[in-house]
Amino acid sequence: MPKVAFTPNIQRHVSCPDTEAEGRTVREVLDAVFAGNTRARGYVLDDQGALRRHMAIFIDGQQITDRERLSDAVGAHSSVYVFQALSGG
Amino acid sequence: MSDRLLVSTRKGLFTVVRSGTGWDITRVDFLADNVTLALHDRRDGTTYVALDHGHFGVKVHRAKQGQAFEEIATPAYPPRPEGLVQNDMWGKPIPWSTQRIWALVAAGADEPGTIWCGTMPGGLFKSADHGATWHLLRGLWDHPKRAQWNGAGMDLPGLHSILIDPKTSQRVAIAVSTGGVWFTEDGGDSWQQRGAGMRADHVPPELTNDPNSQDVHHLAWCRAKPERMWVQHHNGIFVSDDEGQNFREITDVKPSVFGFAVAAHPTDPDIAWFVPEIKDEKRIPVDGKLVVTRTRDGGKSFEVLSDGLPQSHAYDVVYRHALTIDVSGNRLAFGSTTGGLWVTENQGDAWKCVTHTLPPVYAVTFA
Repeated sequence: MPKVAFTPNIQRHVSCPDTEAEGRTVREVLDAVFAGNTRARGYVLDDQGALRRHMAIFIDGQQITDRERLSDAVGAHSSVYVFQALSGG
Repeated sequence: MSDRLLVSTRKGLFTVVRSGTGWDITRVDFLADNVTLALHDRRDGTTYVALDHGHFGVKVHRAKQGQAFEEIATPAYPPRPEGLVQNDMWGKPIPWSTQRIWALVAAGADEPGTIWCGTMPGGLFKSADHGATWHLLRGLWDHPKRAQWNGAGMDLPGLHSILIDPKTSQRVAIAVSTGGVWFTEDGGDSWQQRGAGMRADHVPPELTNDPNSQDVHHLAWCRAKPERMWVQHHNGIFVSDDEGQNFREITDVKPSVFGFAVAAHPTDPDIAWFVPEIKDEKRIPVDGKLVVTRTRDGGKSFEVLSDGLPQSHAYDVVYRHALTIDVSGNRLAFGSTTGGLWVTENQGDAWKCVTHTLPPVYAVTFA
């Protein structure tokens, strides 16, 4: 089952512990995670379900290419890392 | 009289309380977070706070009277229709996603628990359950003229002013930068554009007098006599005697007619306050002197109020939500981008600096 990890920076707003979630695409994996953590969804995705502008997702070290539909494939043993840009002050 | 202020800043929400003759910071919430706006609902004592977490988006928190803050629902746009093409003036798709909360206003006593919320990119939301759920007012969002709204200081159009008639919450005026002044008489189901007489000299000549092209920086009205409206516009100061149907321009105001904020007296329609800056391409006080201008005769004449305000090398900008007046009409307060906070107890005749070391101030409201 894919492993999912979230940036430490999100944790002070909403708890997002490392977890595992079923899914063959980023969308499926995140839907599975957010099904049990509904508040976290709005911190990562915008109103239309796209990845927020300054958020990034890597699968096994590779940045995803579809930020809107989140259709990038996720392997059964993949690691999905959700983090954010370090801009801002 | 109101003895408590909520000050929204780039680095937290500061509560400022009057004790004796002075005002002191007594509490800080959301320290280090970007607090863009706060609302204290006098009907039930609830406080609402809008946050912009940048990477993590816009959020709303609520504290019922005597209770701790909790995160509640953020106004969210419905799914964008497949194939819909709506681009901004730079050709980029207008996002159907809340980018900033730019107005939070409580309805009247006739609609307890109802809150209105204006946003960038221009959507207007309403909650009937203290912010637990929100719905987009489609009558405005789907209006063909809404798609013609543009960004001004920001890339996206922003709905920043919401005025709810104290006699009935069905009658509401709003203002948009840029999108002019709009009015509903049915609680937000249908909308009519108002604002004839305003003038935008920064757009093509064919649009100069178009009500939908007006960059209203802030809209205020006299709560007791709402037919008297005041507008701080990108072009200057405008006043209306017919609830925003028609405006006339006021040009002879020293030191400047440019600014962002306006406050209207709650019962005397002839009194209003503004905080002038040089002009749009130089958004700083004239000659480095921070002043407030006040009219007491409906705009025929203005006084320059400076007692207690810095008169040398002051570069404070006062944003549109950062000037506020209490229910008595005697106390006003404003905060600045350089972290100053001033209060007056006598309609601006004299000001007292509470602090000048706050983070940049976005909004000030009496609670």
